[in-house]
Amino acid sequence: MQANKSRESLLRKPGVQTLFASLVCILLGLLVGYIALLIINPSGATEAILGVIKNFWAYSKPEKQLKNFGCTLVTTAPLLMCSLSVLFAYKVGLFNIGAAGQYVAGAGASLYCALALHLPWYVCILAAILCGAVLGAISGFLKAYRNVNEVISCIMLNWISLYLVNTLLAPVKNPTGKDTFTVASQNAGALLPTLGLDNLFNQKNVTIAIPLAILVCVGIWVLLNKTLLGYELRATGLNKNAAKYCGMRDRYNIILTMAIAGALAGLGAAMLYLSDFEQWAVTQASVPAMGFNGIAAAFLGGLNPIGAIFSSYFIQHITRGGANVNMNMYCAQISDLISSVIIYMCGFVLYMKLFVNKRLDAKAQHKKGGNA
Amino acid sequence: MLLLLQYTLIFTSVLMLVALGGCFSEHSGVINIGLEGIMVFGALGGALVMKYMPADTAPFVMICITVLAAMLTGILYSLLLAVAAINFKADQTLVGTAMNLLGTAAATVIVKAINTAADSSNTSSEIMYVGPKKSFIIAEGTEFSWFMLLALALLIISYIVLYKTKFGLRLMACGEHPQAADSVGINVYRMRYAGVMISGLLGGLGGLVYITAGVSAWKFENGVAGFGFLALAVMIFGSWKPQRIALAALLFGLFRSLSNVYTGFDFLKNLNLPSTVYNMLPYIISLVVLAFFSKNSAAPKAEGIPYDKGSR
Repeated sequence: MQANKSRESLLRKPGVQTLFASLVCILLGLLVGYIALLIINPSGATEAILGVIKNFWAYSKPEKQLKNFGCTLVTTAPLLMCSLSVLFAYKVGLFNIGAAGQYVAGAGASLYCALALHLPWYVCILAAILCGAVLGAISGFLKAYRNVNEVISCIMLNWISLYLVNTLLAPVKNPTGKDTFTVASQNAGALLPTLGLDNLFNQKNVTIAIPLAILVCVGIWVLLNKTLLGYELRATGLNKNAAKYCGMRDRYNIILTMAIAGALAGLGAAMLYLSDFEQWAVTQASVPAMGFNGIAAAFLGGLNPIGAIFSSYFIQHITRGGANVNMNMYCAQISDLISSVIIYMCGFVLYMKLFVNKRLDAKAQHKKGGNA
Repeated sequence: MLLLLQYTLIFTSVLMLVALGGCFSEHSGVINIGLEGIMVFGALGGALVMKYMPADTAPFVMICITVLAAMLTGILYSLLLAVAAINFKADQTLVGTAMNLLGTAAATVIVKAINTAADSSNTSSEIMYVGPKKSFIIAEGTEFSWFMLLALALLIISYIVLYKTKFGLRLMACGEHPQAADSVGINVYRMRYAGVMISGLLGGLGGLVYITAGVSAWKFENGVAGFGFLALAVMIFGSWKPQRIALAALLFGLFRSLSNVYTGFDFLKNLNLPSTVYNMLPYIISLVVLAFFSKNSAAPKAEGIPYDKGSR
């Protein structure tokens, strides 16, 4: 009886429900991916899906494992920033689909400062943060003062920033390809410091970006949950009119929120491009998926900054694991398929929770009736 | 000049079709951010039919079957949004975003699987349709296609359906005040399903028109390069009304095609602007217009809010 009760109250905890719902989403996503692999070619499907799930464990040598683990971490840091950007805005009732564009702006700013202006890394990071914040603030301003839906303005700004950045970075393009120069070749001072992390992982791209990302994450958690500003922002998100009635500055809060969200996404871009892990292709015709994947990570993490750490890592883990599939049968995009199914399933989380609570209510009701 | 006219008309047709799709969905009360994904799937359906149809098929049959295939795959794909948003009351923006990502990812996986199965060294995501594409062209050597006429016809039909039929008026009622619509016996869920599926039909067709615009092969890794989002802008710019959407699509189509062919005009070439400026212009214009005219937005009042019979 007692055990039964404690199990029930455990199920009622929102945290437990969120974790449960996220695991269901992940399992369904993997299941769909597995079915897709089975349809394409049943003989290697199990091996392929295990390769995706294992990622770096698929390698036998410890050094190689560590190196690939490092690579996964390098891409996790920017994704974590994008997901923080999305979840921060979502807490205030705004859907920041513009994380993608703010990320692009951050990439443009940091690379331009590094390659064209030859500035040191901390200035490049600040420039990225600033540009992202400005872009976010534009959406916030349009929402607060001109009643433009933030989703629409963000989508427009995503494309505007993509074309702007392509034009901006064209002068620092490496003449032999589509990509910009590597930061190391032009201005080593703009590379993020590594503090020995590169030796630890035997991978030169592992930098302070990773610990920095976790620090920012904790900072956002504190800001949201332990400060007056965070309280105001969350109140605005829960009920805009009530917050306004209580004397909170709703317009100012909207703009500030979007600026912070933009700054986070911009910082994320700087973390990736200033570690020289990849270069910007100045001819690219679509907005990088990082910002959109940030939406996935934010929802998969239950809209909690700490949860976002795990969900961001998980998404990058399977994305990188996609490279393990047998290319003669399958393609690496199977990971994109899995992560997009996971985002889709995240749409059902609210319903799942509602369903579980209803069942628990019905059970409790039933028990009460029996005792009386 | 002729080239500009051709491209303008093609891009206008694409944008108009997809924006009309969005218009139906939003009038029924469901925000459809996933138009981009729907376009990719419609394009995939059409491209696969073109790939597998025998080369000597009569042009008329070819057009009919490809168009039907694109519409059908578009509708099927849009059901993902309908089920999530209508039955499960999911966040429509989230589901739409997921559909955009899923569209490109799934299409790439499917096409690569087909290509790799045919030839294990072929890992590209490209489908070629040089022959079938010719049957869409009205006059040899130009890009004027039957799709332009089809788009025009669908524009007129959309206008009539939306404003002159019982169905259209009921559909719009569900996007404005679903509770009121329900109280007079309209099945809101069914109407919203209809709205989303029509958007799938038009979006899928738009995707097909887009991938046959000026090219005879398509790499599905690239998706549809943001045309679904541009169509959303067209829809808002056209304040959710078919006749205005047509004009907005014409304007956006003109700018979009300028980025392709501006080098053919001396005075534009002399301005020496990078081609990205022309790519950016439609977005900038719509952002500025939105900033000035959104105070009294014509958006359906209940869009984006899941309908719950029990709520007041």
